[in-house]
Amino acid sequence: MEFFGEVWTWYTDPANWSGNDGLPVRLWEHVSLSVVSLLAGLAIALPVGLYIGHTGRGARMVVAVSNIGRAVPSLGWLGIAYPISTGLFQRGGIGFLPAFIGLVALAIPPVVTNTYTGLQEVDSDLREAGRGMGMRELQLLARVEVPVALPVILAGIRVSAVAVVATAPLAALVGGGTLGAYILQGLELSDEVRVFAAAVLVALLAILTELGFAWIQRSAVSPGLSRLDDAPMTDASRVARPGELGSP
Amino acid sequence: MTKVSTSGAVVALEHVSKRYGPTGSPPAVSDLSLTILAGEVCVLVGPSGCGKTTTMKMINRLIEPTSGRITIDGVDVMRQPAVELRRRIGYVIQQVGLFPHLTVAENVAVVPRLLRWPEERVRKRVDELLELVGLDPAGYQSRYPAALSGGERQRVGVARALAADPPVMLMDEPFGAVDPILRDRLQNEFLRLQAKVRKTVVFVTHDVDEAIKMADRIAILQRGGILAQYDTPDQILAHPASEFVDRFVGADRGLKRLSLARVRDLPLLQPVLVRPGEEPAEIRRRLESPEALGFALLVDDENRPIGWIGHAELAGEGPITADAVMPVATLLQPESTLRDALSELLLSSVQLGVVVDEDGMVLGAISVDQISDTLRAAAGKGHGAT
Amino acid sequence: MIEGQPFFRFDWLVDNLDQLARRLGEHVLVTFIAVTVGFVISFALALLIRRYPRVYGPVLAVSGILYAIPSIALFVLFIPITGLSLLTAEIALVSYTLVILVRNIVTGLRGVPPDVIEAAKGMGYTDTQRLWRVELPIALPIIVAGVRIATVTTIGLVTIATLIGMGGLGYLIVNIGVTRRFPTATITGVVVVVLLSTVVELLLLAIQRRLTPWAKAREA
Repeated sequence: MEFFGEVWTWYTDPANWSGNDGLPVRLWEHVSLSVVSLLAGLAIALPVGLYIGHTGRGARMVVAVSNIGRAVPSLGWLGIAYPISTGLFQRGGIGFLPAFIGLVALAIPPVVTNTYTGLQEVDSDLREAGRGMGMRELQLLARVEVPVALPVILAGIRVSAVAVVATAPLAALVGGGTLGAYILQGLELSDEVRVFAAAVLVALLAILTELGFAWIQRSAVSPGLSRLDDAPMTDASRVARPGELGSP
Repeated sequence: MTKVSTSGAVVALEHVSKRYGPTGSPPAVSDLSLTILAGEVCVLVGPSGCGKTTTMKMINRLIEPTSGRITIDGVDVMRQPAVELRRRIGYVIQQVGLFPHLTVAENVAVVPRLLRWPEERVRKRVDELLELVGLDPAGYQSRYPAALSGGERQRVGVARALAADPPVMLMDEPFGAVDPILRDRLQNEFLRLQAKVRKTVVFVTHDVDEAIKMADRIAILQRGGILAQYDTPDQILAHPASEFVDRFVGADRGLKRLSLARVRDLPLLQPVLVRPGEEPAEIRRRLESPEALGFALLVDDENRPIGWIGHAELAGEGPITADAVMPVATLLQPESTLRDALSELLLSSVQLGVVVDEDGMVLGAISVDQISDTLRAAAGKGHGAT
Repeated sequence: MIEGQPFFRFDWLVDNLDQLARRLGEHVLVTFIAVTVGFVISFALALLIRRYPRVYGPVLAVSGILYAIPSIALFVLFIPITGLSLLTAEIALVSYTLVILVRNIVTGLRGVPPDVIEAAKGMGYTDTQRLWRVELPIALPIIVAGVRIATVTTIGLVTIATLIGMGGLGYLIVNIGVTRRFPTATITGVVVVVLLSTVVELLLLAIQRRLTPWAKAREA
């Protein structure tokens, strides 16, 4: 169909590859924003999750966090981040910063919930055996609890990563560019080609992220453990399984 | 077998108490004093709530005593950091607790690696131990626990506990989670192992029969960790120190004492061994000799038993084949107790039990008469057996 | 933010309650359509899978891919075909509910203990009777849980539908709140979305509990 022809033309048009609105720039904005936000989110969520998962304290907080995490739509995080960011930094609070804040907030709940639940689900016999053999608490955590909980923890990170990559386009709403910029422009200008072309790229990126993390999950988890099953989602306050929070 | 261990240490409990909750609440363990000699298996047994597991866990400080002192070879366990202490005590629990994300070899190697042994030494040790518990290293070391059967997991658990060659082993109902047949085998294997390594073992169980079978000395505990009696199994059965002990060991004390004697304590009878293909006439001739038992035992090329041959089976003309025999009852091992042997013998059509070694090869046979003789002798020694 | 203005303007909120109600109504309607249509299709698919189990594999694969596609992309992907319309939005939303519901219904049905099915067969139930009188009632907790999650997820997704002109609470968040730099609208929008999600969730949870007095919280 000729529509796809136009889309293809858009991809190959050299004009779209140069300048501040060019594909390389937007792609870079998208990827870098996602990566930085995810890393920052992990930097906060993982230590918290590991701590409460290992000690078992803070279960109520985890439930609260996960409930909020699920109820607030991803757009909501960006929306709230915007006034906060502009409120604090005025003009400087547009663009990258609110997107970053919003995405970090988005990334945290699945990782905290899954890390906590994954660690809690580790058989207490293993903890007893480990302590009985003379492991220190940190050794127990690092050598036993985390490896055994790894499938669930990685699932949480995967859900987070895909959510971040999938929500990054919305950064365009707050001036943060990324591939979402094309979609917004296209909607405004009624340029269906641009909208579609960008949407396909966005979808591809998200799928790549999902597959990439699936691969990580497969290689990093010990072959002695059964992989996380494709279980249906039931109780809302439990583990985030891949596919539950896949998209904003 | 290469010497794989040091011998055990003396474990002494002096007026040890454990109380949960404020003073005045009933103690879990109350003023317990007990000395376990080096290389002995001491079984803590009692009804639930008697504090046996609590006591055991105080030795490696998974539970800290409220008062009293515990020493290992004279050194107070409170003197060392708990973590170092535990690395020098083997610990086996009922569910084993094998780390599912590690291979069998990696599981066994945990404590040696915590102690920073050189890799070469660790590897050798792992192979040694797997062989010791009866698992072929080549076949098992890269397997994961999920792929093992219950019995195999128990064995790996024991190997793991022995890895750093600790002088003391704590075992909390280690064979409780498997079926009775497997439990029996595992108990026998453990006794064989203990004969080689001679560790000081503190073994907790609620099963008095297991206690009698496994222990060099039994400590019977009452609710609240009160020591009811601490003595050898034979003495406890012969002279129970209180009505509680009497009730606890059960009304069949006499029979239980039978479970203290083992097949290896009896001189084994040697049946006439026969291979498939031999002529009946020849066999009949051999059975006529005065030492022969009433039946001949058909064995295969590796001396594994196939079945009994009596005069009825010899009535035919052709050479003996494997189908024309009376089946043997369950095979006995040298460690099997006389009580188990008696049950098997009563089921056997020939009233004879075949005793085999670890590889299933015939060592000899025992008869019901031999066991009755032992019973009569036992009844003579202690108080009446009923 | 407009200088000199307080962060949150209650007066604006009070003045615009009708706008809020309208957007809320749009939001609920779009969600309702998506979940209902999605449920019907999922149910049909699940019955199909029940009869032909081999279909499940491909279905899972497709839904896995679908779910990985960011909603913003999925919303706009169909514009060339169906234009900027409710249909476009609904196609995307229904797709997402399918992903959740098909899996839940199928697993719910498969979770019925085999001995129960055996007994039902033995007592002379036809296949259809067995489905409606035995399997579905038992699978109900998991199915309702699926509906719950699908609904809450959809409520969140509908906020983005404002980008293709569908209004809803997203309109408050983005079109008024972000575009005109008016945090009051953003906050209002987000809060109402959260409240809506929570209320719906609790409502469905209550229905779930009422419908299945014999089931404790079942896990997957």
